[in-house]
Amino acid sequence: MVFQFKIRSWLAGCSMLAMTATGAFAEVVYNRGNSADPESLDPHKTSTTYEANILRDLFMGLMVQDAKAEVQPGAAESYTVSADGKTWTFKLREGALWSDGQPVTADDFVFSWRRLVDPATASEYAYMLAPVVNAEDITAGKMKPDQLAVKAIGPGTFEVTLKAPTPYFLEMLTHQATYPVSKASIDKLGADFVKPGNLVSNGAFVLKEFVPNDHIKLARNDKFYDAANVRIDTVNFIPTEDRSTAVKRFEAGEIDSNDDLPTEQLADLRAKFGDQIRIGPYLGTYYYAFKTDKKPWDNVKLRAAVSQAIDRDYLAEKVWQNTMIPAYSFVPPGIAGYGMRTTDYAGKSQLDREDEARKVLAELGYGPDKPLKMEIRFNTSENHKNTAVAIQEQLKPLGIDVTLVNTDTKTHYGLLEQRGDFDIARAGWIADYKDPENFLALCKTGTGNNYALYSNKDYDDLMAKAAAAATPGDRMKALSDAEAIGVARDHCVVPLLYYSYHNLVSNKLRGWEDNVMDVHPTRFLSKE
Amino acid sequence: MLRYVLRRLLTAIPTLFVIVTISFFLMRAAPGGPFNQEKGLNPVIKANLERVFHLDQPLWKQYLLYLNNLIHGDFGPSYNLPDFTVAELFADSLPISIQLGGSALVLALLLGGILGIIAALHQNKPADYAVIATATAGSTVPTFVIAPLFQLFFALTLKWFPVGGWGDGALVNKVGPVLTLMLPQLAIVARLMRGSMIESLRSHHIRTARALGLSDYSVVIRHALRGALLPIISYAGPAAAALLTGSIIVETIFSIPGVGRYFVEGALNRDYTLVMGTVVVIAVFTIVFNLIVDILYAVVDPRVRYD
Repeated sequence: MVFQFKIRSWLAGCSMLAMTATGAFAEVVYNRGNSADPESLDPHKTSTTYEANILRDLFMGLMVQDAKAEVQPGAAESYTVSADGKTWTFKLREGALWSDGQPVTADDFVFSWRRLVDPATASEYAYMLAPVVNAEDITAGKMKPDQLAVKAIGPGTFEVTLKAPTPYFLEMLTHQATYPVSKASIDKLGADFVKPGNLVSNGAFVLKEFVPNDHIKLARNDKFYDAANVRIDTVNFIPTEDRSTAVKRFEAGEIDSNDDLPTEQLADLRAKFGDQIRIGPYLGTYYYAFKTDKKPWDNVKLRAAVSQAIDRDYLAEKVWQNTMIPAYSFVPPGIAGYGMRTTDYAGKSQLDREDEARKVLAELGYGPDKPLKMEIRFNTSENHKNTAVAIQEQLKPLGIDVTLVNTDTKTHYGLLEQRGDFDIARAGWIADYKDPENFLALCKTGTGNNYALYSNKDYDDLMAKAAAAATPGDRMKALSDAEAIGVARDHCVVPLLYYSYHNLVSNKLRGWEDNVMDVHPTRFLSKE
Repeated sequence: MLRYVLRRLLTAIPTLFVIVTISFFLMRAAPGGPFNQEKGLNPVIKANLERVFHLDQPLWKQYLLYLNNLIHGDFGPSYNLPDFTVAELFADSLPISIQLGGSALVLALLLGGILGIIAALHQNKPADYAVIATATAGSTVPTFVIAPLFQLFFALTLKWFPVGGWGDGALVNKVGPVLTLMLPQLAIVARLMRGSMIESLRSHHIRTARALGLSDYSVVIRHALRGALLPIISYAGPAAAALLTGSIIVETIFSIPGVGRYFVEGALNRDYTLVMGTVVVIAVFTIVFNLIVDILYAVVDPRVRYD
């Protein structure tokens, strides 16, 4: 009796688990594991992929990514580009509504984009609008937000003027930073507009609950233009920080998918879950950077020698259990139209590479009497440590004396950003949008994330040439040539591994299409 | 007694002030800052962020600003979770940690106490050895082993409980975390209770009580227990402060939205305001529970007087 009563009160009190467990409601509930909670649900204050997963369901930018991460019209029904490629005119979807029933207008976009670049917003992703005329000056406080080159030509037409033709502009418009927010809602509620019950959005779902570290509940938005085709009624984003727990919760049916898994258990997990384990290339690169303005690392030959002595196959297979792919270029595969430029030793066997490295080291005077000393710095993570230890072992036979320094993430990146002293340091880059420029900009002179402090005029010129190129083909060619100089020849970064996504996806979920951006909007999914 | 309590509460203010001051400057001495991350920020954007959060001001000004806000009950915004103020985060998570920690503490005191008494009364007999063995195992097996074992056995195999999650506070969701939090405490309480009970049973006043022909129940519960409680009370005070302010291990493994994780996460993320908030909360709990311990001393032991 007592037990029954407790069960009943649990059912009444507990929303999501009870619903899935009993099936008492006809609604379709998707419990979606997400490695971390969002920092913010304000599209203009976000930066991580965890937020992107949620905001993609809540909001809709001018353009959207479909189930395969291809760019499709979103809040804009169509667009036209001027002959010089600089003026873009977007025709907004007719009859599109916010979740509070108000129409989505061009004024909302003008307001939102000004808000994004406004220094008072302090958006980490303000640079997503850097191609727009005056955007950078506004963020730097040199101009006023209303000087941003965007305007509403009537309620349904939104016009943007760019500094130069920007081929990846449409890709950028799928990024959460460029999403619109409701002007009326922010005017009324201020910073509280993001709270559950307040948040007005224009995507396939609306925010119902947000309990930090527990769940974020979204419900289908009836005002969404394509609501009839949205098959999931409720999505619960469940933070799954502990990957082992996530696997157990997946096994128990408490979550239907998760965006990470304990890679060290991969063989067992494959045996247990079969094709519910989804692994494939993801647009990101795991790399090391030499401090190129410091002796002896300013020597290109030395950098190349050390790089080729690193056995990437071993790292991918043994350290990362094949959840990473050996990398010989900075720009990962998977970007249409881009000719990859790998290092010249990419095609050689590891033994040949080591022989070559030995020869160069001897030429440069390193040997048993004068060992090359190198300190690897990395941020805390079991896998980062294992990678560094493996590299230490691989370089030892060549007479390279490697020491390891492990610091927490903030200390690590704090040192790199402040241009502190180091020999070689670990870093990683995940693409914000599908374009080589997003990676290669990191090797331009003076870029914030250019931890190597690499500076080469030819490289910078080629990047400038790409930015000004008349055709997409010319542009990709210039970018490819830049990579050949900066990465393949000069090792402005030492690419080690390409990232891959590793998802757990229940057989009950339909419509999950694997793609290099690892983007899976809930509106295209269904659940049996 | 009231005067004593008031005096202790007043002296808590300078203690808190010292704790806040030391923590503030220690936190700032840690390298890196809240806005250092894998995708480094462009300097203009970082400067904007620092301006919004007043991190561009000289440190002494930030300190005064923080103190001023704190006096007005404002813990400030969280740098890494800007949708919430630190106070809002605590308002959500502290009750959860208090529920779990409080349940674990009460259970540990009751069960541990009973086990300890049983062991003491059957010293060097099988019941005693059983309790000692259990207690030793309980205090040596770490929570990060107990918790996954609980999940594997009770959640995945027997399917009695969910693997994790808070489930809006449903009882089934609390069992795992409470048991995991309780076991090590239970082990310690049982051992403490056994030891102090044995000592108490050997004391002169118990011998006198027995000589007077009091019943076993009366001797043990009314006389011996009272004296045996003192070490338990001294232990329970700080243990309560620690348990009620959450445990990152248990909260992470069971996906519980408690306050324990904020301390570690806040420190790792250099979320200065969040760390300071947790420091203040933990300090207040520690001060209050130490005070309660001292008051309980006077209640339990007639020799202790604060007037």
